[in-house]
Amino acid sequence: MPDPDVSMTVHHPEPGTAVIEITGDVTAACEPALMSAYEQACAPGTRFLILDFSGLTYMNSGGIGMLVTLLVRANRQQQKLAAVGLTDHYRQIFELTRLDEAIALHADAASALASA
Amino acid sequence: MTSPAPGGKPAVPRDVGNWATKVDRLSAPDGKAAVGYNVTGKKVTGPQQGFGRLWQRTYSADLGSVVGAQALVSDWKVNFGDYWPPGSVFHNTLTGIEPGDVAPIEVGIASHGPKLATGILVLYADDDSFTFMTPEGHMFAGMITFSAEERDGRTNVEIRILIRPNDPLWEMAWPVAKRKEDVFWMGTLHNLAAHYGVPDVEVTEETVCIDRKRLWSNWRNIWHNSGIRSGLHILTAPLRMLRPHRADR
Repeated sequence: MPDPDVSMTVHHPEPGTAVIEITGDVTAACEPALMSAYEQACAPGTRFLILDFSGLTYMNSGGIGMLVTLLVRANRQQQKLAAVGLTDHYRQIFELTRLDEAIALHADAASALASA
Repeated sequence: MTSPAPGGKPAVPRDVGNWATKVDRLSAPDGKAAVGYNVTGKKVTGPQQGFGRLWQRTYSADLGSVVGAQALVSDWKVNFGDYWPPGSVFHNTLTGIEPGDVAPIEVGIASHGPKLATGILVLYADDDSFTFMTPEGHMFAGMITFSAEERDGRTNVEIRILIRPNDPLWEMAWPVAKRKEDVFWMGTLHNLAAHYGVPDVEVTEETVCIDRKRLWSNWRNIWHNSGIRSGLHILTAPLRMLRPHRADR
């Protein structure tokens, strides 16, 4: 599998909430990077995870599969998952695959935080 | 290559032609309505819309250097159903597999006799892979990706499945369905390899349970169960023959 062309940054804007900023290509190859970011995001008491896709440049079906796996892990920890910064194209992919029924879509992190 | 928009992101993502456009409900293609009765009007189902445990299953085979990855995937798209073991039919278009295509499927339950009708949506396709998503009523809710990759001059072909049994009946049938899936997809890879002159290819299989939890809120999926609906469709065939003839029936 080729090296993933992606970077992930984690920050905690407020207690109990983590944001993972994803920049680059989301494919199955970036699963280790995403799961590592998830571990960082899971500080004790984290109940709300925001995936920021503002820097997303490419996604294939392997990327969707990886998000399903992340969703299962988050559900197991009783964490809510939201996605922000999706362009219309990627928003439609979330809707087509019905991921939007399990991952709340918001325009930006501020509106996701307001909904929490 | 697209020109970047202000801010450095491409104005048009480079995957834009690889994805199906959004549809709320599927329709069988023209001329395939008679076999697409369990597809038309259905929504697609991702793993989170299914009922049973979530499984990731991977079948792979090393075809050596007889064919490149992109040539293999290109051929696989055009002749997809021809590589299936006998008894099941994939009703694709003549041009092959394109994002957004809907293909009815008839699955052989036994070597002869009635077939279970269901189908797929082509969710994604590029030069190296293509992915199907299943409709309501299908045995499984989820995605199946067919891909090939070149490593050190050798081509590895892979089928990766991420699925939940769609309803309580399919979940109960999982032990049997799992074995049938093994026979079916391993047979497909054997046929594909034999086509390229690799008759005794070794197919490896890996199964991982991603989520042991059953999604009880989705038990009503049984309403769409394609096994039950295929049985009813077969039983009511004489009644349909009494109705006035319509084209495409």
